[in-house]
Amino acid sequence: MTAVPATSDAGHASPRVGLGGVLRIVLPILLLIGTYEYMGPEQFVNALTRGAIYALIALGYTMVYGIIELINFAHGDMFMVGAFVSLSFLSFLGFTGAITDIGLLAVVLLATFVVSMVVMGVIGVLIERFAYKPLRRAPRLAPLITAIGVSFILQNVVQLFYGPYQTNSPKIFPDTWFIEIAGARIPVLSLFIIAVAVGLMIALQLFIGRTRLGRSMRATAADRDAAALMGVNINRTIAITFLIGSALAGAAGVVNGLQYGVATFNDGFQAGLKAFTAAVLGGIGNTVGAALGGFIIGFIEVIAVVAGYGRWGPAIVFGTLVIVLVFRPAGLLGQQLGERA
Amino acid sequence: MSVVSDLPAKRRGPSLSDRRARLNELSSRHRSWSILVGMAIVGAVLPLIVQFPPFTLAQAPNAWIDGFTNAGVFVLLALGLNLVVGVAGLLDLGYAAFFAIGAYTYAYVASPFGNSILGIDILNALGGPNNAGIIFWPMLLVGAGVAALFGVLLGAPTLRLRGDYLAIVTLGFGEIVPLVFLNSDRITNGTNGIGGLARPALPILGGFSGIDPWPYYLTALALVTVVMMFCYRLIESRIGRAWEAIREDELAAAANGINTVVAKLLAFALGASTAGIAGVFNASKLVTVSPDQFGFVVSFTILAMVVLGGMGNFWGVAVGAFVIYTINNVLLKTLNQFFDSAGIPILRDVDFIQLQFLLYGLALVAMMLLRPEGLFPNSRRRRELHTAITESEQDELGSVAGTTEEDLPQ
Repeated sequence: MTAVPATSDAGHASPRVGLGGVLRIVLPILLLIGTYEYMGPEQFVNALTRGAIYALIALGYTMVYGIIELINFAHGDMFMVGAFVSLSFLSFLGFTGAITDIGLLAVVLLATFVVSMVVMGVIGVLIERFAYKPLRRAPRLAPLITAIGVSFILQNVVQLFYGPYQTNSPKIFPDTWFIEIAGARIPVLSLFIIAVAVGLMIALQLFIGRTRLGRSMRATAADRDAAALMGVNINRTIAITFLIGSALAGAAGVVNGLQYGVATFNDGFQAGLKAFTAAVLGGIGNTVGAALGGFIIGFIEVIAVVAGYGRWGPAIVFGTLVIVLVFRPAGLLGQQLGERA
Repeated sequence: MSVVSDLPAKRRGPSLSDRRARLNELSSRHRSWSILVGMAIVGAVLPLIVQFPPFTLAQAPNAWIDGFTNAGVFVLLALGLNLVVGVAGLLDLGYAAFFAIGAYTYAYVASPFGNSILGIDILNALGGPNNAGIIFWPMLLVGAGVAALFGVLLGAPTLRLRGDYLAIVTLGFGEIVPLVFLNSDRITNGTNGIGGLARPALPILGGFSGIDPWPYYLTALALVTVVMMFCYRLIESRIGRAWEAIREDELAAAANGINTVVAKLLAFALGASTAGIAGVFNASKLVTVSPDQFGFVVSFTILAMVVLGGMGNFWGVAVGAFVIYTINNVLLKTLNQFFDSAGIPILRDVDFIQLQFLLYGLALVAMMLLRPEGLFPNSRRRRELHTAITESEQDELGSVAGTTEEDLPQ
């Protein structure tokens, strides 16, 4: 196991300024402009919104993988459970439709995010404690199979309570609010979702980079045993990783309910697979990469729809996954949290 | 004195333990034969016992035999997946894709729609739908071959990745394959699938019928027996030992001269080909194929069978598959009917069939935590799984600096 200095910022070390470096900056910008021209502003924002949701889920995958090298299959279902927690909370408060009073809307939104994120965080920690922790040093296959089992438990418990069909999620954010940008009508909700997602990502980045707990997370990811010898409380660090990852999935669930207004017990499966693709695309273990990957997957999906291949969307996303794994298994940005390929 | 008087007593005849030892030795020297005999006994006993209560209370004997046939399909699938997951230690989460490929392969050859797509009128060339079923037998091999080909196509680029990436890629593959069959309307007939497949036929005895469960039952029995013999011979062979070595420590296996990529590819291809055989058989039994028969749920069910039965041990896996299938399709259904007719307030409203995946999930987690080697374990696999866990327990007691996970079998 190669140890990485816990404070390493390998990604930023002495960038080579040459043709490659220039291309690396210019090419994505050109691509982005081309995509914008192709899709038009409405679809562009739509892609960003979808991408934001995938990115939030992908963060949980990448953090957990970075720290205990487990593909947490149940994570997509955590997102689904988060959506159900938020819709139950809103129904419990008695909201069914749009809230036009901005003050009230802000309070209700904040409460929903807090409730969903806290509940999911706690569930995440409990799952880690009882399902994954006992298997931390077992052969790889064991926790992987356990994760699949947890995924099925989550899905079917939700199905037991809410039935196998779609459940309506109150769209409390008015979808009649638009703002005009460059002659296009952009829903305020989309901008709100993107802002929430980006805000959470920045907060996460600051947490991992600037706090003591964040440093223990990086240390644990780099070399668990060495970190333990340095006095890092491994169990607590791993629990916190699950707490944060699951809370982000809970936030994604809230956002998803606001945007699409429905939730089904098996939503988490495909969303989780796509978010995992995003995490791999960005470089698993790397939180910035996961966010980037999420947005890329959002664009791939919406481009497929615009091009008239909407129902091939999932196939295109998984095809991307296979291609990335074959040609660049370290992902676009490589690894930041740990150094294992 | 006493020693002398004891001797004749021993010579009177072989004691019970002697006999058992001889039987064990005989069966380990002729394992293929013992599989054959064992399966023949099982195959004869199963239809017999369902003629009597309590089995007849749940459903008619013919329905049981038909159910056993379907269970046989899952036993085949579990045996194939066991080679991949249990023996070689590669987690394949999209195994149903190969099942689908086998089924569609048969559908193209043995249905009017499929023939029109292929542009060759195979059915009429063989003397119409009733006689064309003879094609079923060679198609078993063709289906196996096509599925194996796809196994290699998927495996070649991905098998050099580490195990859990493989799991995700196969999961994606398992999602893509039904999607392709669903969306390519013109050549696969989309959602409706392909119907009107020819039922299998034998030269003199004629075609199988949808009413008589016996021909299908016997065919399934024969297929399971043959595949079991293959599995046994593979596992005990050079390549089987290579698989186990890779499962236990890939690096060490490679260092000892095993070409790990080729060995893993072989495991993948052979596992896929078993699913292909199961697909051909199942398609010929249902006489129709459609994309919704091959979802993730199928892959997951087979995985649960392998894990619960005991990864690596093909007898355990076969029994696991058989028991789980029967529990799902008979016990849960019977419970539903029973509580419906008995009118017990709360239990009446519970759909036990809907609960099956919750049960799978709970069983998988409990199994991994408490008895990771499965109900009927493979001895080597058990040791492997238990050493690892004991070390983790020691670890919790405080010896942090001892072993790292790299030292343990992956």
